[in-house]
Amino acid sequence: MHTATDGEIVQFDNVGLRYGADREVLSDVSFTLFPGSFYFLTGASGAGKTSLLRLLYLAQRPSRGMIRMFGTDAITLPRDRLPGFRRRLGVVFQDFRLVQHLSAFDNVALPLRVAGVAERELAKPVADMLDWVGLADRTHARPAQLSGGEQQRVAIARAVIGRPELLVADEPTGNVDPDMAVKLLRLFEALNRLGTTVVVATHDVHLLKKVPDSLIMRLDKGRLPDPTGVLRYPPRPAAFPRGGGEL
Amino acid sequence: MVEEATSSLSRSVAQGLRSLSGREPELIPQARLSGPMPWVIAIMVALTVIAAAAGLALSNTARSASDELSGGITVQVIEANPAERDRQARAAVERLKRVPGVIDAHVVSQDEIEQLIEPWLGARAGDDAEIPVPALIDARLRESVNGENLGALRRSVREVAPSARIDAQSAWLTPVFGAIDSLRWLAVALVLLLAFALGAAVVLAVRNAFGTNRDTIEIVHLLGGTDTQVARIFQRSVGFDAVGGGTVGLVLGLIVVLFFGRRFSDLGAGLVGGGALQWYDWALLALVPLAGVVLAMVTARITVQRALRRML
Repeated sequence: MHTATDGEIVQFDNVGLRYGADREVLSDVSFTLFPGSFYFLTGASGAGKTSLLRLLYLAQRPSRGMIRMFGTDAITLPRDRLPGFRRRLGVVFQDFRLVQHLSAFDNVALPLRVAGVAERELAKPVADMLDWVGLADRTHARPAQLSGGEQQRVAIARAVIGRPELLVADEPTGNVDPDMAVKLLRLFEALNRLGTTVVVATHDVHLLKKVPDSLIMRLDKGRLPDPTGVLRYPPRPAAFPRGGGEL
Repeated sequence: MVEEATSSLSRSVAQGLRSLSGREPELIPQARLSGPMPWVIAIMVALTVIAAAAGLALSNTARSASDELSGGITVQVIEANPAERDRQARAAVERLKRVPGVIDAHVVSQDEIEQLIEPWLGARAGDDAEIPVPALIDARLRESVNGENLGALRRSVREVAPSARIDAQSAWLTPVFGAIDSLRWLAVALVLLLAFALGAAVVLAVRNAFGTNRDTIEIVHLLGGTDTQVARIFQRSVGFDAVGGGTVGLVLGLIVVLFFGRRFSDLGAGLVGGGALQWYDWALLALVPLAGVVLAMVTARITVQRALRRML
């Protein structure tokens, strides 16, 4: 169990997001993510999960509210400091977003190259990571030559290769069979045990029971109801429903 | 053609995106000299070299002629009486030789005058007593002729040769110098226009390539890539094209300059053969492709960075 003294890795306070002049897709969203925790973000299709994740991985600024990440105000963060923050994040996109002209190896190596890791130092970790996700024999394959599940595993390997402090995954098991889904969750758990805070967005309720110590955030029409019914902000981790609980 | 060039650059940038650190050999983008973009740059550079060479040649020609004529004056003794004309001419020469600053003064010989007037008046016109041809004195001053020293000379010479008319030689060529000056400015304007056109072509190509590779750029950004890293990819890609195109353009431009230089040299105009282009002019022309490369790379960098600023 975490306490407030653990410090937060992410803090949202009354965050709202709208695209253009449309109605808000996220309204009054307030929550805190604590280091080393495992969170599931659930909700029906269109509930705003992806929009919330986009705010989490700094692809979008909110229309209102306050976001703090790693102890810094992420909204007023100068543009030139964004890359440094993004390197502390790992992202698994719903549509993978692999670079099509790069091999699986080069896709997984991309975050390390962006961070300036020397070539001689990245070959082994990339190979190990591909082995970890079961793609050791697909190193040179390009995304177009990989199945959906294989692409997803490359995307996951790319997201975790840099040992991020916060891993954000948008429906990471959406294109894999149940066995592989469980395997990928075990991979996230292993990363979580190493200290990475994990946020997995999914609408698959069966997955939630697979990670017993996880915490659940449920989005409903762009709102994150107070899970305790008592605390509005900040919802302490203990107040979240546990992974094995009913939704 | 620009469309083809931009698609070529897109492919080149796609290759370039294989390398962010630029250290690993297999990730360094290969120069793409086969696409149209280097040829666009080659044509721009060739035209710039030709325009610059023309401007430099005109500039040198004007300077050379100006130096030659700047200290020259011509004295005409317009007198119908041949004896009096000769007397005044000799007196004028003597007076001029005594004036400080005059380094040479001599009466133009009858043969030279015959040659000068022959196209208009026919052969031996100078011997015809009914056509009073003035006596001519060619004099040279150590310094340039100006209104002040010309006025002083006039006053001095007219004391001994009342029929003398004194003119600065450069004054006769003032309209020619004006025309040369206009052509020189035209060359400068052409060079600037070509530089602008090159920049515009690069902007179009880079924007197109940026749009084509937007998804990849976004991913690189979200993985923590900096604007500088992304801009460097485009800059390097454009740089390769510009180096190849610039080299070809320089060669093409120099061939044209040498060809026309030879033709003008045959006319005695001295564009090249007469030494109108000095070694430093050739060095300046050799810098044109280098300037093109720098311009293209800086334009690419600024264009990409401005586009990236519109992304989070």
